[in-house]
Amino acid sequence: MKPATFTYHCPSNLEAAVQLLDVIGSEGKIIAGGQSFIPILNMRMSEPGCLIDIHQIKELKGIRVEDGVLKIGALTTQRELEQHDVIKTNIPLLSEATQFIGHVQTRNRGTVGGSVAHADPSAELPLCFLALDAEIVIHSIDGSRKTSINDFFVTYLTTELMPEEILTEIHVSLSQFNGYAFEEFSRRHGDFALAAAACLLSVGETGKIENARLVLGGVEAVPLLAEEAMRFLKGKSLSDETLERAVELAVIDADPDTDLHASKEYRLHLAKVLTRKALLKAYNRGLQKEG
Amino acid sequence: MSIQSLKEKVKISLLVNGREVEGETEPRKLLSDFIREDIGLTGTHVGCEHGVCGSCTVLFNGKAVRSCLMFAVQANGSTIQTVEGLAKDGEQHLLQKLFTECHGLQCGFCTPGILMSSVELLNSGKKPTRREIEEMLSGHLCRCTGYKGVIEAIESACRTNECKGGEN
Repeated sequence: MKPATFTYHCPSNLEAAVQLLDVIGSEGKIIAGGQSFIPILNMRMSEPGCLIDIHQIKELKGIRVEDGVLKIGALTTQRELEQHDVIKTNIPLLSEATQFIGHVQTRNRGTVGGSVAHADPSAELPLCFLALDAEIVIHSIDGSRKTSINDFFVTYLTTELMPEEILTEIHVSLSQFNGYAFEEFSRRHGDFALAAAACLLSVGETGKIENARLVLGGVEAVPLLAEEAMRFLKGKSLSDETLERAVELAVIDADPDTDLHASKEYRLHLAKVLTRKALLKAYNRGLQKEG
Repeated sequence: MSIQSLKEKVKISLLVNGREVEGETEPRKLLSDFIREDIGLTGTHVGCEHGVCGSCTVLFNGKAVRSCLMFAVQANGSTIQTVEGLAKDGEQHLLQKLFTECHGLQCGFCTPGILMSSVELLNSGKKPTRREIEEMLSGHLCRCTGYKGVIEAIESACRTNECKGGEN
């Protein structure tokens, strides 16, 4: 398994990269960590004429906090995200979810921006960033623009990024949620998830849920925001009945495909089980922090 | 910015096991193939070639990575350590000795990769829990040992390392 031939460009800054993208357009493909992309190249499922390797672009590296907004550079590795103290303290959902991404050896190279731009519907980071209502910063030769993650994912492995554009940063507001949980099921640890759930709750003193975010993965062509369940949970304590109703509402819009790995029914079953676990865990964590 | 035609080779230089290596490579050549075919270090094994088995794991700037999921051109200017770089002056690395002692290998195909990931863990200086060792090993497929001997060898190495104050 060897990739087909391609030309290779390694721009040293963002300006050079967007100029290249403007000239090369859809012939080119950006390579960051390559942990999903190189297997695809090795198996020749994709044969782009040209690769633009962005690893030297310093502007895309690192995590910083500015005006209460966490700004994650696209080239931040998944391992850096997993171990970063600011993330552990402020957005523990990300640290928890990152441990499910592949293995230490792939997280050492795989990047945050790469995961989001690759847009696998069962991948962990797209789920989390949708739960966190992140903003995506995109650059092209015409300058930069911001887009809500709600509009970013189009379908399987497809985002609204245009061929001449590059994802440069992900912005997340520092969390006002005190409860969080990430749950997923895969046949073997590190494999693609059959289904996954990310949950954020803000639980008040009386045990009432003030705000809820719930996202399911592996059940649709894009990460699925469970809006009905989120609305339903607002203002309620998590009794057994509330939990069961929220689980039912969470999968109301889910329409998973049957494939070699799991049937539609099994994926739906998993989605419900994982939603229940995530809601309970997030709620209990929220209560503990509150008390 | 550099632009090449399809077949044109690219000059790269990197530090492999402390030795300066210069070479010319097609951009599509995987780092694993470059290490084996161009540098001649065949201790790095190639199993699945799509990042699943972990046999080809090397240290890239000190981090354990799969060398089949990198192009050689991407390693330009980097520091690489392979299994050949572990023994010093004819004496095996602590992990190599303990893998032998604890029966941490049988056919040995996966061993070079597992050793390199273990070195990263050992070099981190933290005493890993059994869970952390298992988590690291989840990135490696071994069809002989059942991992038991491997885990014992790594645990034992971490204990020895601690006694020696983290030198290795």
